Amino acid sequence: MRTIAPNFSFAPIISILRAFFVVAVLVGITSACARNTVGEGNATPGSQQEFLVAIGDRVFFETDSSVLTAEGEATLTKQADWLFKYSRYKIVIEGHADERGTREYNIALGARRAAAAVNFLVSRGVSANRITSRSFGKERPVAICNDISCWSQNRRAVTVLN
Amino acid sequence: MKNQSTRRLASARMSSRRTLLKSAAFGAAGLVFASPVIAQLRIVVSGAQFTPLPIAIPDFASSDPTFGREVADIVRANLRRSGLFSPLDSSEMVGMVGDVQAEPDFAQWQGKNVDAVLMGQVERGQQIQSSVRVWDTRAQVQVEGRSLATDASAWRRIAHIVSDAVYTSLTGESGYFDTKIVYVAESGPKANRVKRLAMMDQDGENLQYLTSGNSLALTPRYSPVQAVLAYMNYDDGQPQVYLLDLATGQQQRIGSFGQMTFSPRFSPDGRSLAFSVEAAGTTNLFSMPIGSGNPRQLTNSAAIDTSPTFSPDGARIAFESDRGGQQQIYIMDAGGGGAQRISYGQGSYSTPVWSPLGDLIAFTRTQGGQFHIGTMKPDGSGERILASSFHMEGPTWAPNGRVLMYFSDLGGNDGPRLYSIDVWGRNLQQVPTETFASDPAWSPLLG
Repeated sequence: MRTIAPNFSFAPIISILRAFFVVAVLVGITSACARNTVGEGNATPGSQQEFLVAIGDRVFFETDSSVLTAEGEATLTKQADWLFKYSRYKIVIEGHADERGTREYNIALGARRAAAAVNFLVSRGVSANRITSRSFGKERPVAICNDISCWSQNRRAVTVLN
Repeated sequence: MKNQSTRRLASARMSSRRTLLKSAAFGAAGLVFASPVIAQLRIVVSGAQFTPLPIAIPDFASSDPTFGREVADIVRANLRRSGLFSPLDSSEMVGMVGDVQAEPDFAQWQGKNVDAVLMGQVERGQQIQSSVRVWDTRAQVQVEGRSLATDASAWRRIAHIVSDAVYTSLTGESGYFDTKIVYVAESGPKANRVKRLAMMDQDGENLQYLTSGNSLALTPRYSPVQAVLAYMNYDDGQPQVYLLDLATGQQQRIGSFGQMTFSPRFSPDGRSLAFSVEAAGTTNLFSMPIGSGNPRQLTNSAAIDTSPTFSPDGARIAFESDRGGQQQIYIMDAGGGGAQRISYGQGSYSTPVWSPLGDLIAFTRTQGGQFHIGTMKPDGSGERILASSFHMEGPTWAPNGRVLMYFSDLGGNDGPRLYSIDVWGRNLQQVPTETFASDPAWSPLLG
């Protein structure tokens, strides 16, 4: 039987360093973009833009996990408060997975992540009637690259306002 | 005395390269699984020593010589691609055409070092008719003589049917050339890629697109008994399983169960589907006689249970579940219950697909940051990894259970491509497609 031995070398360290570098660059770019396009203070209260900029439309997950992180819960709490205030919106929660899993499993995993976000919002008082959810598995990545830094951006549940 | 004569008989048989091909190609599989440790060595050795059978295939005799050459070209290409045959180069057969009336000049063919000769003729009429004879040039006997026909509208099929007949006569196994491959054709930027179903002959010809691309279409599965696909489409917003009749182009949802239905697979008689149903984040397995609208729940857990696949006798279902913490392969009764885990290696195991022969289950394994395609016996023993890369998944079996196709990509902005490999880990080949391609599904022999 063929065994698949882990390849001990400095490659992982280099790739981790590279990952940090990529993250740093990405953060730089995104914050620069944010400044250029949508100033935080300018969004109309109750607008989709405000939801995107001031509240945050997405939460992220660990590999293979659908457990909300503390940061994710904080974002969803802000979403719940905002949705309570602006009750005209219905929402769709879209669950996604990174590309490091198989297709069918990822469709199920995306659904499980969406369900975690839905359950949290409902527990914070958002009416279940206002929420639908669906999974895109790994079919709709936002970040395209070959390393961990970007896979983590794809493991997400996104709240879309209708 | 008796032993001696048996032995002499056996050695006489072994002198025929034809018999050698059978044992090298297929007998090896028996050895391999007898003992996994030795087996792996064994297959590598036999893989290295394996020599494809040299076969001469002159252009087919025909009142339209161009047609006769085209048919022979397709047969030569099919047999070469199988990895089991080495067709003689056409430059060695200039001016020759098949002669199905007379015995071939064995000395001449032996002089060209070929062990088999295929003589064929083909004519177009209301139907396309072909007669072929396969000769063993060493034993100087006819191995096969057949008259074959196909519909005039699909002329390439005659070459595939002939290829299957030759493959069967020289290996003792059924072929896989007269088949279709359905796959997901992918185009556009990765973040918003168009994914639609496409279908082609197994050699890449006669490409057709089956869905528009307006919605994501994934995981096609070909019915083992008729020209019907089950697949998943986002047409209604939620992923749902549809049945698509390839003859009429008609399609319909299998029903409305839970929030989404996905990962369909036909039963061996084509009359039922097993599939996953997701509700509130939980994914369980169901099966349903097609058209009944009345699914039966097979699993009931908080885990993700998906990728069901029937044993060829229809009695059992293999599937993947993360009920133990990560994806592993389990087998249960087709009616549900009695699930036993069969995969125990490091990493995760997913997408089990039962061979039509029943002897092996193909899977995707993720371990050490790599994806692997492998096979194991249904009791979980005899695991073999056939191919590995940054990302590969989604194996599908050729109808003879001897070749696997799957998709693989390099990551980043690159896209997936289809590959085929035989069950001995030999003959890895990219399958040419017009676009990026994933989720291949091999049809049964069209027959």
